[in-house]
Amino acid sequence: MTAERFPVEAGHIMMFARAVGAEHPAYHDPDDPATAAVGGILAPPTFVQASAQFDPDYFLRPKHGEPWFGSGAEASGVERTGGGGGGSGLHAEQHFTYHKPVRPGMVLHAVTRDGETWEKHSERAGRLVFRESITEYRDESDELVVTARSVGVKTEKVVNP
Amino acid sequence: MSGDPSETVPLRASELSVGQHLGAPIVDNLTRTRIVQYAGASGDYNPIHTDERFATEAAGYPSVFAHGMLTMGLTGSALTDLVGVDRLTEYGARFVAQVWPGDTLTGDFEITAKRRIDGHDVIDLAITVTNQDGRKVLTGSATARVDP
Repeated sequence: MTAERFPVEAGHIMMFARAVGAEHPAYHDPDDPATAAVGGILAPPTFVQASAQFDPDYFLRPKHGEPWFGSGAEASGVERTGGGGGGSGLHAEQHFTYHKPVRPGMVLHAVTRDGETWEKHSERAGRLVFRESITEYRDESDELVVTARSVGVKTEKVVNP
Repeated sequence: MSGDPSETVPLRASELSVGQHLGAPIVDNLTRTRIVQYAGASGDYNPIHTDERFATEAAGYPSVFAHGMLTMGLTGSALTDLVGVDRLTEYGARFVAQVWPGDTLTGDFEITAKRRIDGHDVIDLAITVTNQDGRKVLTGSATARVDP
């Protein structure tokens, strides 16, 4: 996830909070005393994942005028290539370290670096290749706000229940 | 998700014990629309999650399934209802099995340690989320500041 400019907006926090069933007033109501008690509106714990909205090249968002691998006239709009979906790439782990609250008005920038890579073998999925990436979200003063560590896995076979 | 979240009372270290389990419902009968709602909010429109025809015909799954980050987000909401919205210092999850439309998930938050960091009382939690068949779908951990 690489968003050079991730403006944190109250409406986006509200929509994200609704999507994850986060009903505390601090996620949507600036006038509620419970919001004032925590210093104003803040974001739910996994919100920085939505920085994908501000990554101009994010590959899991359809872009106007470009082929998309989801269905249209056919079950898939393009030949499958690796990455993200299509039964080969899955999200295995996600970890967040919180340095300070994420609040509307902040403009974060995210810088991602590769972490470790390792392999396992499983009966269900065949050869598994794990790749770690670390993203640091910093504010306009370059202070660390959230550190995210993500682990993705590529499986040899489609994993069904 | 349960009760009035604005009435979250700060947890007190003195009233908590290691080994104590705090439970919470995570989601009842997960809908495809909820998954689409998460796709829209997060920006992750992977058709494996949002497009039944792609998921079944092109990718070979029995249906669409939830983003791991949706399960982690729903669990995070139960977690902040429990500890408070401004209390987490760490939150991590491992996605151990897929979550499908129709699933009902329940969370278990076990206190694994009470300690002090930089003069603050904190608790460590081991998180287990299971589906209606008792199968683990997410395991994780969290650290939260608590009152003395």
